[in-house]
Amino acid sequence: MKYVLMFTSRPDLNASVDPELGQAVYKKVYEWFQENGDKFADSGAELLGVETATTIKHGDDGPVVVDGPFNEAKEVVGGFSVIDVPDMDAAVALVKTWPHLELPGVAVEIRPMVEDYSQFA
Amino acid sequence: MTPSQQVDGLLARTLREESGLLVARLARQFHDFDLAEEAVQTAVTEALEAWRRDGPPNNPAAWLSTAARHNALDLVRRRSRQTALAMRLAPTPEPVEATYDAPDGPTDRGSTDDRLALLFACCHPALAPEARLALTLRAVVGMTTPQIARAFLVNERTLAQRIVRAKRKIVTTGIALSVPADEVLAERLADVLAVVALMYNEGFVSSDGGTQDRDLAGDAVWLAGVVATSLPREAEAWGLAALLTFQHARAAARFSDAGDLVLLPDQDRSRWDQAAIATGEQMLERAAALHSPGPFQLRAAIAACHATSPSWAETDWLQIVTLFEVLTRYDPSPVVRLNRAVAMSQIGHHEVEPSLDAVDQLADRLDGYHLFHATRAELLTRLGRDDEAAAANARALALTTNEAERRLLTTRLHRRPLEDGS
Repeated sequence: MKYVLMFTSRPDLNASVDPELGQAVYKKVYEWFQENGDKFADSGAELLGVETATTIKHGDDGPVVVDGPFNEAKEVVGGFSVIDVPDMDAAVALVKTWPHLELPGVAVEIRPMVEDYSQFA
Repeated sequence: MTPSQQVDGLLARTLREESGLLVARLARQFHDFDLAEEAVQTAVTEALEAWRRDGPPNNPAAWLSTAARHNALDLVRRRSRQTALAMRLAPTPEPVEATYDAPDGPTDRGSTDDRLALLFACCHPALAPEARLALTLRAVVGMTTPQIARAFLVNERTLAQRIVRAKRKIVTTGIALSVPADEVLAERLADVLAVVALMYNEGFVSSDGGTQDRDLAGDAVWLAGVVATSLPREAEAWGLAALLTFQHARAAARFSDAGDLVLLPDQDRSRWDQAAIATGEQMLERAAALHSPGPFQLRAAIAACHATSPSWAETDWLQIVTLFEVLTRYDPSPVVRLNRAVAMSQIGHHEVEPSLDAVDQLADRLDGYHLFHATRAELLTRLGRDDEAAAANARALALTTNEAERRLLTTRLHRRPLEDGS
């Protein structure tokens, strides 16, 4: 099954992270992608900071362009990947080894991808 | 026991024995857990109606299996053309007509694994905690949504919604109907055992104390036994099975004929089920032989101390305090520390005051818990501080919602220290 992983973090907590730990974790990320290469359908992308986000919203008089992310949450999406693994347990097991989870405020959302469009027929 | 209660008893046993197996088997045959669960649930409802009306059939298991399979095929027919087409590519299901004389063999090893796999899926950590027990009761134990709603005093529609959402999540997110791989088994098993323990707790004193048409506590004891025998190398599974078996062995003594709750010190120990206690001890020995201690085994060992003691006074309190001490390493929760203090106070009168101090330290976290105040009342009474004891009892009374517990506390308010036996 294919799942999209959404990697999120809390930028407001970044200052509290020991820079050396941050550096070490960052190095592990590269290895993590190498080790798990066979599980990725699409290694996705890492995104620039949330301060670069622009959002287009519904407006009564047509789409409105606004500065900032789509919601006001403290958690921001920092990247995404698509994995292809047998089941949810395999997805959970993989995500639990995501190196960034050593850092406070980090969370990864797992969402199954729609693969069978017949359910909408 | 009236004839209709006898039918209900047989019905309940058949349903809990067969429902989970049927759901697992149909889910595999039809490649559709949601459909299988729906088909069995409808069959359970049909059985409740038909058996109460006409009496139970010769072979209840075969009756249920036939009904469930009919329902499943019916559901398939009603679903979209695409689904029907996909079904034709699936392996041909077994013949629909089950004979009434030659039922499907009951629990062979393979089918027990099926039920276990289903249980693991229903208790998956990706499901909302409050949905896990509800779904387990429906899919694995064969309770109907109205029965579950009554047992938990929740709105039936809300509960049904919760179950539908959880079932859909199992299907759409790819939660496998399988026993987890060895690397994650221990972790996933802990979630399963937590659900079974919760099931017993809810059944032991339902929050309105009312009677129910399913024996939830008995079903939980049974399910804990199923898990332990299916995973015989898992010490904590045996620990939970032993714990619930000991607790349930005292069920007959837990309420007086008038329906009042009777606490352990005052229970008539001749009403305890000695055969069940012996079973509990065997289960605990099986757990101990695996040399992998854990919180359920420790709780079971504490329960064993009580179950095998001839009286409250002769209980091995030192042993119990020691066990609680080890338990706090696994579970440092205030409730465990409260129980440890209670055991401490039993060692001798000189321990009552230090125990009360230990209890008072938990005030911040347990102020909303009626047993915290009931325990304080008990200890204050033993110290002769009757006015404070009465105030603590009043607090406890204000906090309890269970009718039987409320009555118990009402009588306590009028109890005299010399008469309470403590």
